[in-house]
Amino acid sequence: MKTNQMNQSVVHILLILLSAACLFPFLLLVAASFTDEASIVKDGYNLIPPQFSMAAYTYLWDQAAAMTHAYGITIMITVVGTFSGLLISSLLAYPLSRRDMPLGGIIAFIVFFTLLFNGGLVPSYLVYTELFHMKNILLALIVPGLLTNGFYIMLIRSFFMTSIPVPIIESAYIDGAGEFKIFYRIVLSLSLPILATIGLMLAISYWNDWFNGLIYITEPKLYSIQNLLNRMLSNIQFLQQNNLGGKASEATATLPMNSVRMAMAVIGILPIICIYPFFQRYFVKGLTIGAVKG
Amino acid sequence: MTQKGWSVALKRMMRYRALFLMVLPGLAYLVINNYLPMVGVVIAFKNIDYSHKGLFGLIYYSDWIGLQNFKYLFQTNDAFVITRNTLLYNGGFILINTAVAITLAILLNEVRNKLASRFYQSLVLLPYLISMVIVGYLVLSLLNVENGFVNKHVLPFFGMHPLEWYSESKYWPYILTIVNLWKNIGYFCIIFLASIIGIDHEYYEAATIDGASKWQQIKQITIPLIAPTITVMTLLAIGRIFYSDFGLFYQVPLNSGPLQPTTDVIDTYVYRGLMTLGDIGMSSAAGVYQSIVGFILVIFSNYIVRRRNRDQALF
Repeated sequence: MKTNQMNQSVVHILLILLSAACLFPFLLLVAASFTDEASIVKDGYNLIPPQFSMAAYTYLWDQAAAMTHAYGITIMITVVGTFSGLLISSLLAYPLSRRDMPLGGIIAFIVFFTLLFNGGLVPSYLVYTELFHMKNILLALIVPGLLTNGFYIMLIRSFFMTSIPVPIIESAYIDGAGEFKIFYRIVLSLSLPILATIGLMLAISYWNDWFNGLIYITEPKLYSIQNLLNRMLSNIQFLQQNNLGGKASEATATLPMNSVRMAMAVIGILPIICIYPFFQRYFVKGLTIGAVKG
Repeated sequence: MTQKGWSVALKRMMRYRALFLMVLPGLAYLVINNYLPMVGVVIAFKNIDYSHKGLFGLIYYSDWIGLQNFKYLFQTNDAFVITRNTLLYNGGFILINTAVAITLAILLNEVRNKLASRFYQSLVLLPYLISMVIVGYLVLSLLNVENGFVNKHVLPFFGMHPLEWYSESKYWPYILTIVNLWKNIGYFCIIFLASIIGIDHEYYEAATIDGASKWQQIKQITIPLIAPTITVMTLLAIGRIFYSDFGLFYQVPLNSGPLQPTTDVIDTYVYRGLMTLGDIGMSSAAGVYQSIVGFILVIFSNYIVRRRNRDQALF
């Protein structure tokens, strides 16, 4: 039987209002990027541009070299970071999921303790810069985010423990398969759901990362798209001052700086918004397995 | 251990050498990324002198000054301000995010059209997906003093004068709370929605037969049955209350100096000390203060969760 439900139109109206509130700043951003500079100065940003203009995008097209360079770096660190992060995490998680692993308890504690205590920014920064000289190299954008802490390892481990039947591993062992072969052929291929979910979370965190760039990178040529955006936020003329391979810039006064800034942010979020509908299911799953166990 | 015991243990290790090899890269990484910095907290007890080279030189040869850095930190007003801000913001976030997220999850659960429900979920989750730098841009397009949407359109509509958003610290507790809610509401909503969907439908059917109104059902069935999730989420958040979302407090106020009285939290203080002021002593002392109190809070909140329900505890 049906339970009594709230009045559907009231529910929909409330949810439409809330969704609109979530969407509004994005719409404003897009509209601003298409607004004529003079009308921004006069009337400010608006949802519907009083004077439509593509000037910002034309300017960015001229600066395409700088943008594609930053994009290239973002894509590179996202791909390399996600794959190595997944590989290292699952390699560590698999032996921990084996109940016969010697010293398994101690190793699991070593992984787990990183969730409870961390040394903080200052020692981490000094370890990376003074000991490993990770200043102004691309590795600095990849390494600090690889595992962050043991959280994903614990999640992968519990997936291995619950979803991979021990008899399969044992029979493969009896058939003469080595541990690496078992790991690669059986464990990983049975774990695609968790790997996809964690891979997606890692990829998003690499794509969105600006913090490592902020503290380890000062050389504009190594900026990812987020770092470029970060610098543009505090210094609107950054793109012009650092000729990052675009055409020679025109006089400042003629440049549509206010709309260019917004257009850059639009270009920065475009890929995420485009892939989001296809990955939403995995993304939601990643959030819920991470939050509450069981 | 006897000779024989050792050789048995060694044989066992050899048998598992492939597994040990697998563990190696990950453990090496955790040593570098997590355990070395844990040892590095001694920096806070040293007077770091950059004339010594390398990490070990820096730590080993710099003078031991005990609690001097902490003494300086707690003598200033800074320690009080950043602790107060961190606790009040995070405390407020916990209350407001939880309340709004539960309301939203209940509303979403009421939608009969599943496609529409998915659509609303996608929209409220969208802000959670983007970086804080972009959030900085979005807030700027709203609050920009000369051409922001609020100053140009909203305030004039109500007959009010434009406001100097980025230099008036008094507005920021509200702004940051709203921005945080906007960004994270989708996440919390999904957690609570998952919990609500798990409730057995028969409770509601029985309640409907007994003539319970929708409001009574929410109060008597939904809320009590998702209470364990609420408790766990809240306690875990309390365990992290000493840590804040650095991006929110750094990017959204555009790192503006005049806003610091109300936007400075422990994380931004540590960052500024290290990267802009070069005051490693203060910065590392604040960091250690955060790590230790944070550690105690995590242990404490986990202990409470564990006492309520062993399965939901972190450890």
